Amino acid sequence: MMGEHSSKAYDTELEGIRSKVLLMGGMVETMFLDAMTCFRIGNLDRAERVVAEDANVNQLEVQLDDQCSHLIVKRQPTANDLRTVMATLKVITDLERIGDEAAKIARIAKALHARGAVTLNHYEMVRTIATATSDLLHDALDAFARSDEKQALELIAQDAVIDHEYRSIMRNLITFMMEDPRTISAALDTMWVAKAIERIGDHAKNIAEYVIYVVEGKDIRHTHGATQEASK
Amino acid sequence: MTQASKIIEISGLNFYYGKTRSLHNVNLDIHEKKVTAFIGPSGCGKSTLLRTLNRMYDLYPGQRAEGAIRYRGHNILEAGLDVNMLRAKVGMVFQKPTPFPMSIYDNIAFGVRLYEDLSKGEMDERVEWALKKAALWGEVKDKLAKSGLSLSGGQQQRLCIARGVAVKPDVLLLDEPTSALDPISTSKIEELISELKEDYTIAIVTHNMQQAARCSDYTAYMYLGELVEFGETDQIFMNPVRKETQDYITGRFG
Repeated sequence: MMGEHSSKAYDTELEGIRSKVLLMGGMVETMFLDAMTCFRIGNLDRAERVVAEDANVNQLEVQLDDQCSHLIVKRQPTANDLRTVMATLKVITDLERIGDEAAKIARIAKALHARGAVTLNHYEMVRTIATATSDLLHDALDAFARSDEKQALELIAQDAVIDHEYRSIMRNLITFMMEDPRTISAALDTMWVAKAIERIGDHAKNIAEYVIYVVEGKDIRHTHGATQEASK
Repeated sequence: MTQASKIIEISGLNFYYGKTRSLHNVNLDIHEKKVTAFIGPSGCGKSTLLRTLNRMYDLYPGQRAEGAIRYRGHNILEAGLDVNMLRAKVGMVFQKPTPFPMSIYDNIAFGVRLYEDLSKGEMDERVEWALKKAALWGEVKDKLAKSGLSLSGGQQQRLCIARGVAVKPDVLLLDEPTSALDPISTSKIEELISELKEDYTIAIVTHNMQQAARCSDYTAYMYLGELVEFGETDQIFMNPVRKETQDYITGRFG
């Protein structure tokens, strides 16, 4: 894709950062999937593992922050290299937050299943949004790995679907709670989980936006009709 | 960035060292009271281009330029132009400090005497003014009678800039002015460049890309005698249009 630098060590450092970001991405993706499994079937051991993994993700964020600072001070990156480093610093913040949200889902899953019989079909409520978000996260990381700005652009539109679905879950859960107060605690847990999933979708969308920044040098965050403009 | 007026317009410029063509159809505008940086690998023609702007090449037989360089509307490549007047208006500072083997005072006054007839008092004022412009006055005001060669490299280079400024030129050409200097002197010169552009138009050739990024408004990337890309410095260093430019500034060249 990109030619090599005259300095081999520079290439090695950049590649080191890149592969560690992808490792971190893989970790939070797995955390999210595991957390959703816990939520669905109440596997408490797995929930513990998700929470424990969050600490490792946090460690990686600190390491990557440090590696990026070192690269900047040593190499004074410019143009696409600079954009890659700047985007990486932001991507790892989003990945770290995704890790937090996944851990949150795992903890809620534990609490929900610890209380015993669940009084509403909680997983079915969030199944669609969970699948869409998991796909979005996977594809955003994939677009980042391949610097594929076209794919990234398509992903940004998908986040709107997730946001819409989240609002519909809210309305649904409110109806359940009004009809049968016994469902309230499970419904609230489900609502927190839906909120966490929706946030993960937002973070995945951010990652897609950084891909466009890296490849095209255009910062499309907080722009109206970003998708149309960037596709020009 | 506000649109500045064009002080120098280069069009269809070709340059030859004997039979060797070293600039190929260069078209470029230099904006008034802005800093324009020329970057590119050794031998790309950036110094050659700079030397055409005050016809420094005229001093060497066999070197010639074709095309047009319009300085304030007049084509300076035309025969019959008063080259000395041109060089008074378009001054140059070289890579290595080149103080004259005379006092600090006379280093400045020498050039002024060629063009103007000033009284002793006026000349004193002019020397002080030029040394202040070049941020050197504080360091040399008590030893103006000492030889220019007694100064440090960084001070010598600022003395040369003061000498260039003293004749009140319009444009200053700087050919790698800091490549022989330590980082402190370099940052003083860079500071100076940003002050001088209040009054002068500056064109600088540099191998130090961060220097171009720091102190220029426009950047031209040249390769093999051709102008590859010219644009606002922020754009060139953040998001260049041409892949060749990107490869060079990110260190993927060669």
